[in-house]
Amino acid sequence: MHVHYQDPYRPGRSLIHALDARVKLLVTIAFILTVALIPPGFWPVYILLLSLIISVEILSEIGVVYVLRRSILVLPFMLAALPIIFTLQGAPLFTLSLGGWTLTATQTGMERFISIVLKSWTSVQAAIVLTSTTPFPDLLLAMRSVKIPRMLVTIFGMMWRYLFVLGDETLRMMRARASRSGQSDTPSLKAGGSIIWRAHVTGGMAGSLFIRAFERSDRIYMAMVARGYDGDVRTLAQPKTSLLNWLVLVFSLLLFTALLALAYLL
Amino acid sequence: MHHSIEIENLSFKYPDGHQALRDVCLHIEPCEKVALVGPNGAGKSTLILHLNGILTGEGDIRSAGLEVKKENLERIRARIGLVFQSPEDQLFSPTVLDDVAFGPMYQGLPEDEVQARVFEALEVVGMGEYGARVSHHLSLGEKKRIAIATVLSMTPEVLVLDEPTSGLDPRARRALINLLRELDLTMLVSSHDMLMVRELFPRVVIMDEGQIVADGQTRELLDDAALLEAHGLEMPDLQ
Repeated sequence: MHVHYQDPYRPGRSLIHALDARVKLLVTIAFILTVALIPPGFWPVYILLLSLIISVEILSEIGVVYVLRRSILVLPFMLAALPIIFTLQGAPLFTLSLGGWTLTATQTGMERFISIVLKSWTSVQAAIVLTSTTPFPDLLLAMRSVKIPRMLVTIFGMMWRYLFVLGDETLRMMRARASRSGQSDTPSLKAGGSIIWRAHVTGGMAGSLFIRAFERSDRIYMAMVARGYDGDVRTLAQPKTSLLNWLVLVFSLLLFTALLALAYLL
Repeated sequence: MHHSIEIENLSFKYPDGHQALRDVCLHIEPCEKVALVGPNGAGKSTLILHLNGILTGEGDIRSAGLEVKKENLERIRARIGLVFQSPEDQLFSPTVLDDVAFGPMYQGLPEDEVQARVFEALEVVGMGEYGARVSHHLSLGEKKRIAIATVLSMTPEVLVLDEPTSGLDPRARRALINLLRELDLTMLVSSHDMLMVRELFPRVVIMDEGQIVADGQTRELLDDAALLEAHGLEMPDLQ
């Protein structure tokens, strides 16, 4: 009786799966950084980067369609960039009038908006490939070994561990609510209650969950202290990286530098 | 008069492929008190969640005279009072009062009727003065009784309890057993508490690995040491 929470990891035997998690993490971060640093409007470089990530998707055997479908999830966040179309100065494209308000879309604005959308979409795909081909515990170890603050990594790990617990708890609570959401045999009565009352109930549930998560964190901490936790997280040493992994890392970093150089020098 | 619970050939598989129920058949008459026993993972809780359509498997179920299907779910949920094992799940509102009132409020009953029902349900479980209390400050025994009150306020036809005595101290357990004895309702109670089963329930159903392996009189089944041992259970030892 558990939440079948979507673990993004998809097991496989591809080259991408076999790469060292540390290398994958560094390359992904470098890739996202490169994407972010390319100035707006450099379409050829965008297409190169996009084809690069799609090639990796094909190589990783997790399926391009799968990655694309998951990347749709971030589309709503891109709406936040929408006002940029109208707020930047430049050659006017078209005007919209909303009541007494006139909005002028500019070419610079439109270019910037499309750049942002393309860039975030490409970056998100890289992150999806990383999490789909690397088991989360390996990713945590990788974060630790590339010197991401230990406390932060511990928090990620705990979050991952207890997300399922909290998910299960929410599921059971919702089942308990559904079990008591009944309809009376008196036909004149309408089941469901008012919207305000229902919002009140849902608010109470969210509050209860919060209090429980809070109390649980106290108990977890005590259990950690009881086993000798002193605020420092110690881990076993990680194995050495193979030559292939080094090659992938060096080659990718060179490639990203070249692409950046291309964008800035052109 | 309809059967309280009629289950015919129910099978259920969890999305991860685990076959939790296999071909379960069970009939419970009105006012019968039946215990459901079996080792952890036998499918007791899964079976219970089918009675009001929280889970739906293959097979036919009629609960309190209504076929368990989408159109009937709300009416079934008003007639079948399901109390979950952990009162933490059952009690999701800030105060005891809100929680006991949830069922009747959802049904759209008038306010004075809701109040009368809440008062009565809390009286029955002996927690009359607890209305304004905050649920998460109560003891486990108190929470378990309130959890029962949250379904009694719906005046259900059948009471279904999942391990009501687990984790209780002897006094709270005794109080709960007395409460269950006094309640004049059809009951299906899953439990590991064999002494309570022997004391309260004339009929017992034994489940193991998703199947009903025995169904009969408690006196006979709980004296069958070989049967109990084969399904990971122990004979209640009356000194």
